[in-house]
Amino acid sequence: MKLADVVCHEAIIAQLGSSDRDRVIEELVQSVAGHKKMKAADAKAMAKAVIERENEASTGIGKGVAVPHVKHKSITEPVAVVGCSQEGIGFASLDKEPVYSVFLLLSPASDPDKHLQAMETIFKNLQKDDFRRFLRQARTHEAIIEAIKDADENSN
Amino acid sequence: MSEQTSEIEIEIRNPEGLHMRPAMQFVDLANSFESDISVGHQDISADAKSIMQMTMLAATCGTRLRITAVGPDAARAVEALQNMVNNKFMDDPDVAISEKEG
Repeated sequence: MKLADVVCHEAIIAQLGSSDRDRVIEELVQSVAGHKKMKAADAKAMAKAVIERENEASTGIGKGVAVPHVKHKSITEPVAVVGCSQEGIGFASLDKEPVYSVFLLLSPASDPDKHLQAMETIFKNLQKDDFRRFLRQARTHEAIIEAIKDADENSN
Repeated sequence: MSEQTSEIEIEIRNPEGLHMRPAMQFVDLANSFESDISVGHQDISADAKSIMQMTMLAATCGTRLRITAVGPDAARAVEALQNMVNNKFMDDPDVAISEKEG
């Protein structure tokens, strides 16, 4: 699986409107919901579920990245979105550092294997120093899409 | 200090697979040992002490993984990790979320 297969390009947010974790999650879920024509009630429920999940255990895995996610019955295929913040977001990360790049993933409730495959794709790429650096430096929608394209081309 | 190597093959049995929460528990436990620990799946080998690498394994239910520990507490590390996997990480399935608001 490639990043481009799972990331909803139109929903990418190059400059997040907030540095508050919960607002960021809501903003990203809304963005995906808008582009994927999801029901407003589903979007609201998903944002709430992502936040609850995040409160249980942070998905801020360190090095300035976080991967908030949830499985929901209204989702048929995993869909991810990227949001970037210049200020940094408090995510209660493992390394206690702020988060600059957020990968939000919404997965089907009924297909845990697809969720794991999407996570694998995201983590495989987030492990690369270059990819994290490009994302962090990106200021525009185009720059993020370019970073994703480069990462996919450099994946085996 | 004697260096030992201990290795075992385990199978992921919780229906949701090795998703992020159990992967984090696994990494936490691995980090409590001094030994170097790796987890292999097919041709991939992940550092058991790195959440990024562990999530990258995409170990679905039924996946067989090879845990290898090298160091003074290798045998204890492998045994503890094996127990955690065999107890299915006490994983309460994420489906709870979709049922809650349904």
